[in-house]
Amino acid sequence: MIDQKTPDRKTSDDHALPNAVPSLTSNLDLEAPDKPYLDSNEIILNMGPQHPATHGVLRVILKLDGEKVMGTECVIGYLHRGVEKIAENRTYTMFNPYVDRMDYCAAVSNGLGYCEAVERLMNVEAPPRAQYIRVILTELQRLASHQLWLGTHALDIGAMTPLFYTFRDREEILKIFEKYCGARLTTHAFRIGGCQYEIYPGFEKDVKNFLAFAPPKIDEYETLLTSNRIWLERTKNVGVISAKDAIALGVTGPVLRASGVKWDIRKAVPYANYSKFDFEIPVGTNGDTYDRYLVRMAEMRQSLRIIEQAVNGIPEGPIMAKVPKLIKPPVGEIYHSIEAPKGELGYFIVSDGSTQPYRLRVRPPSFVNLQALDLMVRGALVADAVAVIGTFDIVLGEVDR
Amino acid sequence: MVEKYKCQYGSGLDAQTYLGQNYFTVDRSLIPDFLRLLRDEEQFDYCVDLTAAHYPKREKQFDVFWILYSFARNERIRVKTQIADGESLPSSFSIWPTTDWLEREAYDMFGIKFDGHPGLKRILLPDGWKGHPLRKDYDILRQDKEWVQINLGIESGQ
Repeated sequence: MIDQKTPDRKTSDDHALPNAVPSLTSNLDLEAPDKPYLDSNEIILNMGPQHPATHGVLRVILKLDGEKVMGTECVIGYLHRGVEKIAENRTYTMFNPYVDRMDYCAAVSNGLGYCEAVERLMNVEAPPRAQYIRVILTELQRLASHQLWLGTHALDIGAMTPLFYTFRDREEILKIFEKYCGARLTTHAFRIGGCQYEIYPGFEKDVKNFLAFAPPKIDEYETLLTSNRIWLERTKNVGVISAKDAIALGVTGPVLRASGVKWDIRKAVPYANYSKFDFEIPVGTNGDTYDRYLVRMAEMRQSLRIIEQAVNGIPEGPIMAKVPKLIKPPVGEIYHSIEAPKGELGYFIVSDGSTQPYRLRVRPPSFVNLQALDLMVRGALVADAVAVIGTFDIVLGEVDR
Repeated sequence: MVEKYKCQYGSGLDAQTYLGQNYFTVDRSLIPDFLRLLRDEEQFDYCVDLTAAHYPKREKQFDVFWILYSFARNERIRVKTQIADGESLPSSFSIWPTTDWLEREAYDMFGIKFDGHPGLKRILLPDGWKGHPLRKDYDILRQDKEWVQINLGIESGQ
């Protein structure tokens, strides 16, 4: 039997907090006439690592004054696998599939950056046909990554429909990847020196079908969001970052461009054969969440433009350069970076002339971009913090490596 | 630019090019001043990356790299310096705030200390972890067994 004691009725004095517990109202000075009776107190709120709006295992410690964010601290590393240490213990070829697992939403872009970095270190160049195939797949991947971002970002803010639309359309891209290399997510599509696989019969037709299919779908996302009153209220002037702050904090990618800096590595330091294609760099003006949304929407359309030019110009020829079976780059070091969907993805490789990298450093865009979170959410509301985390388009696999 | 700084700093500075990429090898003593000069005078306003490499057999065990980019010149350079184990470097946080997490990562992975950093603590590994895994003498299968036992309650993390 449970002893059912009637709880003692507390006298009003019992409500006073014991001295050992710091009183929540210790700062309250009732004598001061100008102070409001309910003085605010800062509280610490833990968000994550298991939180649906943190896009993985990001933990953010929020310092709150009521609903207002006074400061944040990110706790990361929950997905740390020691990718850079693994690289030192694998050959150049063996490490290639590992890079797909960093930004698993844009595996093709990771592979392109790594293969090109090693190629530069060895002083070889992929043949033109391979370059075209690489560009088509990488731009398709950028579109898929942006679609995934849009769906989840809108879901965080409360719009559920775009998620279904974007995932439905992203499927078409993943189908092309699957037909090309057998994998949908961690594709391992490229090899050092070119591509492993020749394009399958009907690849060009599939891509052209997609080119006709995608633009009305992007319009469709825009009808849902671009002039949606709730979307505007939740994103306009939320998480503003100026161009100066963005540069100082090393922010890259769409987040930097939304602040008005017209800088894209595809144009500034062209890699692959991007210099052959005609496309624009979309920029924003205010550097808020809404501008970052617009920049990414415009980027999707530019990606389609690049794919259209590339698919109509695939030259004949080999798809692999003459690369030795055992890859042994000469002693030296190289930094090579590409414009990944999230920003500047760099590989810094130090070679000691052996078959394994002496040191391989990955400069992940999400890791560096995430530093700007604190600046962007200070003074905003908790709900805005969710919108700002979404607007970075972070992937924790890449932040933690 | 190279000539100017060579005259100014003499033997403390050396400029090289490999595969079309320029880098400066500078003496440790020049570090905060030379980096600040690059930002203020030469417009290298974006610090792309900060990282290190470990050479256990050398007297000065660590190479530390800064990869810098200038938007105005559209140019990327690297600055490289050598430090001994246990020696610290001045933090470049006040020059480029982006080095906050990058320096924390270098500390976490290599144990390089940066003086003047606002909160130098581990970033990817848990706070109580012992050892710095990207050092060459840290085996790939090694782990902080004590930490794993206390915090995860298992014998091995593998």
